[in-house]
Amino acid sequence: MPGDALRERAVDQLRAELGDALIDTLVKPGDDVWVRVRADAWHEAGIALRDAVGLDYFCFLSAIDWMPSPFGRGEDDPTQPQAERDMTIRQGYTGGETRFQLFARACSTTLHFGVTIKADIGDDMTMPTWIPCYTGANWHEREAHEMFGINFAGHPDLRNMYLPSGFEGHPMRKDFPLLARMVKPWPGIVDVEPLPGEPADSPDADGGES
Amino acid sequence: MTMLGDRQRLAYIASQAADARLNVELETEGMTLNIGPQHPATHGTLRIICRLDGEQVVWAEPSAGYMHRGYEKLTEVRTFPQVTSLVNRIDWLGSFANEVPFILAAEKLMDIEAPPRAQHIRTILFELSRIANVSLFLGDLGVQLGAITPVFMAFRDREYVLNLIESATGGRFHPNFDRIGGLKDDLPKGWIEETRSVMRKLRTFCDEIDDLLFGNEIFQSRTRGIGVIPKDVALQYGLSGPNLRASGVDYDLRRDQKIAMAWDKVDFKVWTHPDGDSFARCWVRLQETREATLIVEKLLDTLPAGPVMAKVPRIIKVPEGEAWVSTENPLGEMGYYVVSKGDMGPFRVKIRSASFNNISIVPWLLRGVYVPDVITILASLYFILGDIDR
Amino acid sequence: MMLAVQFPYWAQSLLRVLGGLVAVLLPAGTIVYLFLFKMMSFMQSRLGPMEAGPYGSMQLFAEVGKWLQKEDIMPEKADHSIFKIAPLIVLASTFLLVAVVPFGPDALFTNFETGVFYALAVSSVSVLGILIAGWSSANKYSLLGGLRAAGQLIAYELPMVLAVVGVVIQAGTMNLQQIVVAQNAGEIFGWNGLGNPYILTQFIGFAVFMIAVQAELTQAPFDMPVAESELVSGYMTEYSGFRFLIFFIAEFATAGVFALIASVLFLGGWGIPFSWFGWNNIDQIDNWMNIVGPLIMFTKMMGLVFLIMWIRFSYPRFREDQLQRFAWKVLIPVSLGNIMLTAVLKVVF
Repeated sequence: MPGDALRERAVDQLRAELGDALIDTLVKPGDDVWVRVRADAWHEAGIALRDAVGLDYFCFLSAIDWMPSPFGRGEDDPTQPQAERDMTIRQGYTGGETRFQLFARACSTTLHFGVTIKADIGDDMTMPTWIPCYTGANWHEREAHEMFGINFAGHPDLRNMYLPSGFEGHPMRKDFPLLARMVKPWPGIVDVEPLPGEPADSPDADGGES
Repeated sequence: MTMLGDRQRLAYIASQAADARLNVELETEGMTLNIGPQHPATHGTLRIICRLDGEQVVWAEPSAGYMHRGYEKLTEVRTFPQVTSLVNRIDWLGSFANEVPFILAAEKLMDIEAPPRAQHIRTILFELSRIANVSLFLGDLGVQLGAITPVFMAFRDREYVLNLIESATGGRFHPNFDRIGGLKDDLPKGWIEETRSVMRKLRTFCDEIDDLLFGNEIFQSRTRGIGVIPKDVALQYGLSGPNLRASGVDYDLRRDQKIAMAWDKVDFKVWTHPDGDSFARCWVRLQETREATLIVEKLLDTLPAGPVMAKVPRIIKVPEGEAWVSTENPLGEMGYYVVSKGDMGPFRVKIRSASFNNISIVPWLLRGVYVPDVITILASLYFILGDIDR
Repeated sequence: MMLAVQFPYWAQSLLRVLGGLVAVLLPAGTIVYLFLFKMMSFMQSRLGPMEAGPYGSMQLFAEVGKWLQKEDIMPEKADHSIFKIAPLIVLASTFLLVAVVPFGPDALFTNFETGVFYALAVSSVSVLGILIAGWSSANKYSLLGGLRAAGQLIAYELPMVLAVVGVVIQAGTMNLQQIVVAQNAGEIFGWNGLGNPYILTQFIGFAVFMIAVQAELTQAPFDMPVAESELVSGYMTEYSGFRFLIFFIAEFATAGVFALIASVLFLGGWGIPFSWFGWNNIDQIDNWMNIVGPLIMFTKMMGLVFLIMWIRFSYPRFREDQLQRFAWKVLIPVSLGNIMLTAVLKVVF
């Protein structure tokens, strides 16, 4: 299939540029291609994607926190003891070793395909910046910084994108609770206030189907 | 300069030096102007901090986040159908178009394809939301520049499209109509003829706007040559949609990728413009609106019969995996990177919205332009706050 | 004297004051209702105000009442006395302007020999009001608006003056009453069926004058000072309630008065061609002309304001450097050329 050869060639070009910094790849024929590179080769990988593979269009850059959420899906009844949750960290396509992974995507406007590139983020939570590769990464890295707490070495202006400047915590991390679900877990409890003068009705604890 | 003699050259240098001395003596402090967050010009609560020197912008920085709702965090506690209704509200003017890439990503993970009729109707509704979105842009363009009349025509003709969307889906602004595996419902009776007549009306509207606004000399002088974005800069920043095509890049996701929608069943023209200035961006959007009406008509002609929903289990659990789907939304390229762990809801959804990248170019673009041109450039880049801030 | 009764001087002054108020406020009200509320709405395929009174005719009174009952807010840092005076200066210039407009052979306020000169001089008083409104508001948007307004209004004074010079040359007098008489008693190549409205010979001057008036009123396409989508409201941003009402009235009253002056200079003013009634000079005109004259003026004014408003609702706005370029590089040379042509043709014919 033509899509296959295109993506396989991209992987080969990348391997030729990066050597063993390219840890793992996954090609879904006709669909998409994922690669994972070593953290210290993140910058070189960006340059290689832009120049060697020819991906001129910068799509996005963000991060994934692979730890399952300790709060579940916010559906627990706060009056019951919390059930045991499986907290093993399992990464997705092309594997990984750390809890946080940085991932980005670039596309080619001429060859009409794109590459999703991932990298593990070490415990120091610092990664090189992608601004020399794609100028548009500026705002994306600011957002990843405030949402996940990742530092980008070499970023000229790493301040908060969406959140106010004194904000504490990193919201997209799984251990940062979603306050709306802390206050009122899904499907919620219906509080029924009795009419004045009437005896109190028993509160309805089931809000309905989800 | 080359024809001047020595004495004249010396006199010129002396006058330049005198000017420079005067400029230093008269050095006035630049003024910092906040455009927004409450402002008639910005489409929502965007704040642009400009440092001015007289009427020229020396430095500009957009400050987004006044409307940040934390979508990516919210998707982690919802099931897939709930995320669909959440995601409607990112680009609220063309809201059906927001649901589609997410549903397609989920279908990709489940390895389901919607039946052909559903794909067709999805594409028709997608193009209708594009028309609804961009016709408002065309009207609003006039208001930003001072022509207060086209916006009323835009709202009047947009009502027809919104009525169509409402009669098919039940919601004017937030249809919430897409489901994993197809659509919620089939089209109502008489919808196809109504749509054909509305498309004709929309083409008349496009011609009116072309005449009234684009043909106006003042409009041309306000937008030509303003805010030029070269091709390579546009690609580096990830500009998409009409902004990218107005800089001369022939890239349209409807034509250039294989996706489970019906665009490959129709022939349509992808409009580009070599200039990359504000006029080019506005012009490309006008042509695309017209083209969208033609696409809708062609799709109506070839609408296949059949079911609108594939066989999906009642409780939807999407198998483990990762998928990326992006489509050519009215504002640009919108995509969802869905990570699923086999649950009823996603594990992580990265929402790639078009306006985020489109506005990230503003600091680079606004250096050295006049204050009225700031408004023109923002109007031509066309963003929706919900799309920037998610 | 037109009436059998001889009015004492104080009564004449009172009549003049009342007449001045009517002459300024009645056009303003009519323009606001007819053009701003209704004509703009119909052009934009909507109905406009329909609730207050039949077909919304009482909307103006409702608006005036609304503004009058608002709280009098002033920014703390604003210069209080100047902030208060600014709208009054703008409105005062309108009243000063209407003092020289003739409404009939005897229905006029004053009969200046240098009426044109006075009118052009006094119309620039509003610039002062706008400037100090912008400056005293202690608001960056207002300041920007005020500065833009100052630049624009001063730039467009010149084309206005030069356009009128052509009319003065052709009429041979600066007295507005005499200009009206000259137009209505005149002939075109010997045919006096239409009189000699100067719009026919001074069409260039008329076009330049109307464009300059559009700019003097800061109407689109020259409404940079009040560019709503950029500066919120320009120099008027901090004004609310009664003070804003004064600005609002002043804007439309000035439009009306400029249209009155334009109809005097170019359309023949209060007159109809004298040949229709066999008059030869101003003393022969019947007295009913003093009643009909103002009505004719009103009609002509409405026609010209329609033109002004129509362009206002249709065109986007100029950027101020384009606006200045248009004034200095296009309008002024054109009007200078018009003067030369008029002078030459005046001598020839």
